[in-house]
Amino acid sequence: MPEKTLVSDITDDVIVPGVKKKDPIVVAHAVSRRFGGLTAVDVAHLEIPRGSITALIGPNGAGKTTFFNLLTGFDKPNTGNWTFKGKSLAGVPAFKVSRMGMVRTFQLTKALSGMTVLENMRLGATKQGGENIFVSLFKPLWKAKEDEITERAMQLLAKFKLDTKKDDYASSLSGGQKKLLEMARALMSSPELVMLDEPMAGVNPALTQSLLGHIVNLKDEGMTVLFVEHDMHMVNTIADWVVVMAEGKVVAEGPPSTVMSDPAVIDAYLGAHHATDLGTIEGQLEVAEDMESDLVRSEVEHDAEAAGIAVPSHEPSPSTDAASTPVDGEEKK
Amino acid sequence: MNGNFIWLAIGQIFDPTVAAYALATIGLVIHFGFTGLLNFGQAGFMAVGGYCFAITSVIYDWPLWGSFLAAIAGATVFALILGIPTLRLRADYLSIVTIAAAEIIRLSVKTPEFSEVTGGSEGINGAAKAFNAINPLPEGRFGIMGTPLVYNQDQWWIRIVGWGLVALACLLVFLLMRSPWGRVIMGIREDEDAVRSLGKNVFSYKIQALILGGVLGGLAGVVFILPRSLQPDNYGTQLTFFLYTIMLLGGAATVFGPVVGSIIFWVTLSLTDGLLSLGIEAGVLPLTTTQTGPIRFIIVGVALMLLVIFRPQGIFGKKKDLHFA
Ligand SMILES: Nc1ncnc2c1ncn2[C@@H]1O[C@H](COP(=O)(O)OP(=O)(O)O)[C@@H](O)[C@H]1O
Ligand SMILES: [Mg+2]
Repeated sequence: MPEKTLVSDITDDVIVPGVKKKDPIVVAHAVSRRFGGLTAVDVAHLEIPRGSITALIGPNGAGKTTFFNLLTGFDKPNTGNWTFKGKSLAGVPAFKVSRMGMVRTFQLTKALSGMTVLENMRLGATKQGGENIFVSLFKPLWKAKEDEITERAMQLLAKFKLDTKKDDYASSLSGGQKKLLEMARALMSSPELVMLDEPMAGVNPALTQSLLGHIVNLKDEGMTVLFVEHDMHMVNTIADWVVVMAEGKVVAEGPPSTVMSDPAVIDAYLGAHHATDLGTIEGQLEVAEDMESDLVRSEVEHDAEAAGIAVPSHEPSPSTDAASTPVDGEEKK
Repeated sequence: MNGNFIWLAIGQIFDPTVAAYALATIGLVIHFGFTGLLNFGQAGFMAVGGYCFAITSVIYDWPLWGSFLAAIAGATVFALILGIPTLRLRADYLSIVTIAAAEIIRLSVKTPEFSEVTGGSEGINGAAKAFNAINPLPEGRFGIMGTPLVYNQDQWWIRIVGWGLVALACLLVFLLMRSPWGRVIMGIREDEDAVRSLGKNVFSYKIQALILGGVLGGLAGVVFILPRSLQPDNYGTQLTFFLYTIMLLGGAATVFGPVVGSIIFWVTLSLTDGLLSLGIEAGVLPLTTTQTGPIRFIIVGVALMLLVIFRPQGIFGKKKDLHFA
């Protein structure tokens, strides 16, 4: 079990959605994004604590990915402003956000399939003068930096156990390895804030443990992590702080131990199941599965057993978000 | 009956038109093969280069270097005009805009309003005057080792300069694509959002690639008109598709593919022309001589289909750079 940041180190205030943090790295205010009539994101106020691991959870379609896109400059909000390390990021293009030290990965992996693993890694490096078209023509001008970059890439690849694959094309990696590569590549620039959109989705269970370890390591190395995840087990294990979104809004936040029993959170997940018949125990079980909340699940299961209904085994608890879970070979070009 | 047509076909290997096509295709390879930009208006870049060169040298009597600079500047401006509004948008916007812009150029230069400068549908004659004036070769006709391939000093001069430019362009592409700049470019071809998330100014790289490939297209336009007169109708959409054919023949993301593709394209056209005429003369083929022209292109089309089936990455391409997947 990794060392968790104490709640008292994150905030002293009463914990409500939008609570002030002692040392926020990101502060978002009144950020909203509409797609036609749909308000995908409507965050009144949110602060991400520096130096800790924050999980962003919520039912499918809650607006988590859209919020990521807005923060990182991949999408433009209808209203709102937000800062990173105290600097306003509104209107700053995505590549500049990345250069400022806020690097993200994507829900659908974006490994550059036609390039080797090592070339993928090198592309993540910053300050390579050879990326200038005129400098690039003269190898002696960028060779030394390239060696330095390659060394760092190999160190990171070794950490992520991808070093033996360095000359393979990224297309030959498994879905989980692509996720690892994308994460390792993002680290090439030594970012301060790493934003991971569903790092576990589609990852083979054998790899999840090591992925968890890598994320905790990021924190140990002084980075701040914000990640979107469906797997509650993962959230409980590594997150210091949990932010819950539903229908675009932040409906709850707090340490993982308490946030999942917050009535607003249960509502949020129940609300995402309009189609489910909540009058039946089977329906409630389905919701409990989706929430991956032990609290709700144990309650419903208790009722189910009493009623003599078979309870599905929840030993391996993969993401239930089947629709957005990428599978291997998703990126057929 | 003679085998002269074989020598004609072999002569294509040195032909300046073949060099011009190779040069324009190298530009296209930078656009499409390496960066993933769908430029369907490379003929437009050639026209811009050709017209800037011919107008400045014939109408305004600029020195040769000035005309070359004008061709380069014209192609650069053309790339900026096409690229700035479209390269932030989805990939297909560029293809629509380039195909239209190339036609706009071709039709505009033909309008009577501009014909004082552009020569209207007649085009411009004599653009090679300044170029041939600095020809260092002695006057006379020279052959290659007793073969029927004999050219005069001006024909040699354009062959040397044309293929010299092709060699330089190949070297340039080789140097760029092994460098970190090339890495960013190829990353953009794969997934531009991923490259953006790694802190690269994707828009700027796409503009650079568009300018670079466009300038090579412009210079190809110059090489193309030096041995002939400038004709606006040479720059139709068909020209762009010939360049695409050449690119796919040689391999879309390769350094030498365009050179080999261009030679094969022209040698095939020339050989089939010769063979068909031979067949008609001998009464073996039930065709008329006017039909040989179109039939040559049918044969090239069939060859391209076979290539796509049996070697989809082109002659020089690697499997990973497949463009037909
Ligand atoms: N580009 C888009 N155009 C239209 N609607 C979108 C777009 N992107 C997201 N949405 C909608 O916005 C809502 C939030 O989506 P998203 O941020 O992907 O949710 P999450 O990541 O929490 O599952 C969904 O209803 C989705 O359909
Ligand atoms: Mg999402």
